[in-house]
Amino acid sequence: MRTESVGTPPDEVVDCLGQRCPLPVIAAARRLVALPVGAVLRVLADDPAAAVDIPAWCRMRGQELVATSTVDGSPAYDIRRVH
Amino acid sequence: MLAALEDGWADPAKLYSQARRARQLLDAARAAAAEVLRVRPDELSFTPSGTAAAHAAVLGGLAGRRRAGSTLVHSAIEHSAVLHAAQRHVTAGGTTTSVPVDRAGRLDLDAWSAAVAAPGVALAALISASHEVGTLQPVAEAARACDAAGVPLYVDAAQSVGRVPVPEGWSVLSASAHKWGGPPGVGILVVRKGTRWESPYPADDREAGRVPGVPNLPAIVAAVAALRAATAEAEAEAARLAPLVERIRTVVPATVPDVEVVGDPVDRLPHLVTFSCLYVDGEALLHALDRRGFAVSSGSSCTSSTLRPSHVLEAMGVLSHGNIRISLHRDSTEAEVERFLAELPGIVAALRAEAGVVGL
Repeated sequence: MRTESVGTPPDEVVDCLGQRCPLPVIAAARRLVALPVGAVLRVLADDPAAAVDIPAWCRMRGQELVATSTVDGSPAYDIRRVH
Repeated sequence: MLAALEDGWADPAKLYSQARRARQLLDAARAAAAEVLRVRPDELSFTPSGTAAAHAAVLGGLAGRRRAGSTLVHSAIEHSAVLHAAQRHVTAGGTTTSVPVDRAGRLDLDAWSAAVAAPGVALAALISASHEVGTLQPVAEAARACDAAGVPLYVDAAQSVGRVPVPEGWSVLSASAHKWGGPPGVGILVVRKGTRWESPYPADDREAGRVPGVPNLPAIVAAVAALRAATAEAEAEAARLAPLVERIRTVVPATVPDVEVVGDPVDRLPHLVTFSCLYVDGEALLHALDRRGFAVSSGSSCTSSTLRPSHVLEAMGVLSHGNIRISLHRDSTEAEVERFLAELPGIVAALRAEAGVVGL
């Protein structure tokens, strides 16, 4: 995997490419609770609405959006489970 | 109104008797609209729609100031009519500066002041209140910044005219009759005296050279009658609707889990309320409400022709899916609002159960 941003590699990746909102947000919510606190989940989502909704979900849920980047040409959102 | 239908076919620019009567009706309509907006009649033109007025305001304001520069400053939450005119300006080689808003959807005044003071700014455009989330914009303060920079301000007042007062200080204003309860097909363009504005259309001497084509007189007379009526009862309507909006803003987050009510809680239009439901598909929610007899709008991407989320919700950084916008009007009753509040929790719960997202 090639990433254009420098940062810690994620603990897990969920591929939501081709999915329309709210599906990427739902997938992110399901997978993050399955990870330990402190782990980073990368969500691959190319729906333009995800660029708005994933940061908004992190704010509403008190989780941390660590980075947004482009991975193999697709938007990627790295979320750290804070609690 | 009947007189307008009788002589409305006549061209007010001609000299036969019916045409002269048409001219008198048009002049009277213009004077009445100007009085409501507290402007001079010769500053006000009727356009074929609010959209046409917005296009003319932007493109004419830029054309009139092309010697001063080619930059259009606008808020990030303008109506698409303004943004599409801005896009045309960019295609023609111009530039734009989009000024951000905060999470409540209010203009960032510091960024605005800096943007209008930059060299080469021809025109600044600000919506009077967000058409999607209802937040009133700091028009008076924005106008002062424009004045200090010597830049004319265009205010898209389609949301405010006939409902709430529009602050002073602007140079160009547009409004839309169907927004104040008038017929479709009538807009208003006001260009204050001394403003450098140049028609973006091929030459035509109608409407003081600002709008081409024979005006739709019957619709204009009806639109102005509706404007006077709406303005006369605006204060009473606001006093009736604001508590209903407040009730929706309070009850929805208390009865539906994971809802974000968006827009400024206080400085807002009295009739508009917007919220987003986490994990819910906006289109499914809109159709479910429609089946129960509620006609609402949505800023969710799945409900837009472009499949993009609302640029307003995006600029505010608030949840764009599961989005519902309720616009109350003069026939909206408290009973309808109560029925909506009673039915919404079950509708959202059913959609979430269907999607398997309960407890997420």
